Amino acid sequence: MTENVAEGRRTAQPRKRAGGTPMWRDPRTRAIIYQILVLGGVILLVAYLVSNTMANLEARSIRTGFGFLDEEAGFNIGESAFLAYQAADSYGRAFLVGLINTLRVALLGIVLATIVGTIIGIARLSKNWLVAHLASLYVEVMRNIPLLLQLFFWYSVITGLLPAVREALNVMPGVFLSKSGLRYAVPEPHAVHGWMGLAFLIAVGGCVAYYRWAKRRQARTGREPTLVLPFAGLLLGLPALAWLAGGAPTAMDVPTMGTFNFEGGAKISPEFLALLLGLTLYTAGFIAEIVRSGILAVPWGQTEAASAIGLSRAKVLRLVLLPQALRIIVPPTTSQYLNLTKNSSLAVAIGYPDLVSVGNTTLNQTGQAIECIAIMMACYLTISLSISLFMNWYNARIALVER
Amino acid sequence: MAGSDTTERRPPVVTVGVLGWLRANLFNGWFNSLLTLLALWLLIETVPPVLDWLLFSAVWGDVAPSVCKGADGACWAFIREKYRLILFGRFPFEAQWRPLLAVILVLGLVGVSTNRRFWTKWLGLAWLIGMVVYLWLLGGGFGLQPVRTDLWGGLPLTLLLAIVGIIVAFPLSLLLALGRRSNMPIIKALCVGYIELIRGVPLITLLFMASFMIPLFTPTGVNVDAVLRAQIAIIVFVSAYLSEVIRGGLQALPRGQYEAAAALGLTYWQMQRKVILPQALKISIPPIVNTYIAMFKDTSLVAIISLTDLLLATRQAFADPEWRPFFVEGYIFIALIYWAFCFFMSKYSQHLERVMATGLNK
Repeated sequence: MTENVAEGRRTAQPRKRAGGTPMWRDPRTRAIIYQILVLGGVILLVAYLVSNTMANLEARSIRTGFGFLDEEAGFNIGESAFLAYQAADSYGRAFLVGLINTLRVALLGIVLATIVGTIIGIARLSKNWLVAHLASLYVEVMRNIPLLLQLFFWYSVITGLLPAVREALNVMPGVFLSKSGLRYAVPEPHAVHGWMGLAFLIAVGGCVAYYRWAKRRQARTGREPTLVLPFAGLLLGLPALAWLAGGAPTAMDVPTMGTFNFEGGAKISPEFLALLLGLTLYTAGFIAEIVRSGILAVPWGQTEAASAIGLSRAKVLRLVLLPQALRIIVPPTTSQYLNLTKNSSLAVAIGYPDLVSVGNTTLNQTGQAIECIAIMMACYLTISLSISLFMNWYNARIALVER
Repeated sequence: MAGSDTTERRPPVVTVGVLGWLRANLFNGWFNSLLTLLALWLLIETVPPVLDWLLFSAVWGDVAPSVCKGADGACWAFIREKYRLILFGRFPFEAQWRPLLAVILVLGLVGVSTNRRFWTKWLGLAWLIGMVVYLWLLGGGFGLQPVRTDLWGGLPLTLLLAIVGIIVAFPLSLLLALGRRSNMPIIKALCVGYIELIRGVPLITLLFMASFMIPLFTPTGVNVDAVLRAQIAIIVFVSAYLSEVIRGGLQALPRGQYEAAAALGLTYWQMQRKVILPQALKISIPPIVNTYIAMFKDTSLVAIISLTDLLLATRQAFADPEWRPFFVEGYIFIALIYWAFCFFMSKYSQHLERVMATGLNK
């Protein structure tokens, strides 16, 4: 065995070059020469660009370096979640607020687009002619119109066609829609909310423990576990108990009309609303197609075989169809999530203060284009790479294990 | 034999004809019936008012905006008044036959190119000549009055960015795809780095980069035109995506094809040109067209860096305060234009997928 390997290795060694072949005929020598040439070309190009840039920066007396991040920004940001921000804060903090705003709209958009897209994708497969065709119509319209146009459209509709604040539409009790966005009632802050969150976390832990125990029991006795009821009981019951124990506070912070504007309640700006709506509806069209083709790709025989061994409809779906369909759905859906995140940069066009919007303002104020664009690109690259890493991990987990 | 009843009987009325179709497609089971009713209700609630707004109550004539304000329907008078601004931007008014002719020329070329009979090297030449004529019609010179690029706008600009993007990005992406699959580590690393970097950032950051940083990159005194800068950003962006599509085609080819070509003693470039690329490109035509659709839509982003493409020209049309309330009409008008182009391309890609599905997979 060892001898064989050793021998194989010896034969793989390059033989002495046959007499007359000149060196530049050897593919390996040539490969090295090509690579040196290309690398040299790239280095020369970069050096040329850098020297030009240096000369230009000096000529226009623009500073370099990231020192400006500590300086006072001096511009306001319309909305900031989790991180308070004033005009007197630094550029660095402004970038951070922009990044949080980007992540906020992207995360919500991903969740909503997945839900809407899945529903529409399944609707396209419906045996109901009318529903299937309505879903196709949706997909064909949304996918073939530029996202930026859709964003402008929604933003203009919200700020142009909705009533003014004083005549806000009362969509639901406690929810008001107007030119200046959405106002909705929220429960007044109360100490019990923290306890409810804690109770929910404990309930999640309980569910995991119960699931493991039930699976072990199934392996031992063959008894099928009932999952829905205990899960629902734990997840809803424990927080409800905590709420009751805390005195069951029902006070709501309802938005009321003040002199000029609503007071109280929580607020969603028209920019955020338009961006979220546009991103969700646009990406949902793409996700719908992915879901549809994923489900279609599972052969019909799989359903028949699963039914033949006596699985219920729900189990056929959960144990046989979905795992196979997901394997096809996950990779293209990942790139849709990435697209949505990158597309959220179009916020700059409708004035939602996302990363690019803040970066653009900073760029215009400081003139330090290279640094600002580098920060933006680095942020998006990090987001993109982390989403793809996570999805690759998930993909590897659900991938088919072959011989 | 004698007792058998051979008189023809019609099938039950509920299984054939309109009624049968309705039963099979709309009312099979309570859930579907419920869905149908829900969808019908939705249609009845939305379609008549929308049609009424779009067509029946709409204002079509050549009227003042004040007439539109009183009407219940859409104000197509706005499009009638501003269509030249929307379609051609701020191109000199009396010379707008030039962009019109350019657009017709390109549409004609596209029409010819859809027929596979014309897929020869002459078509490539026709496109090259066509693009030169296109640029001449827009830019002028050689007997035509010169027009600065900052006056180019509307549909011709959108088409220019898209088509030059397609033509230049394609060979670039071929090289990138081959480089990414190359055995030479440095070339592979450079290609992977370029592709992943570009695919990891949004197009708008590349457009910002092009419009702010190209002036810094070039020697002092050299001025790169704004349209060209946007065009460079679009080419850089699309070539990364396109190269991944082509790489997919390259990977889908069986190893035997590479080995057989090498066994014949073909050099690397002979092998790529005669054996690998013809097959790989054929498999990847549908996703290539999809990339082009995405790119066509993405050209609208140049509106953010103030190039007057179709989208920004439309926004300028209702910057006129009198016509401002009728933005919905403007957006619908250009949405139809974008939609028509993209829908045509996607249908064409599906058609190609069908007619080219020979050989490798059934």
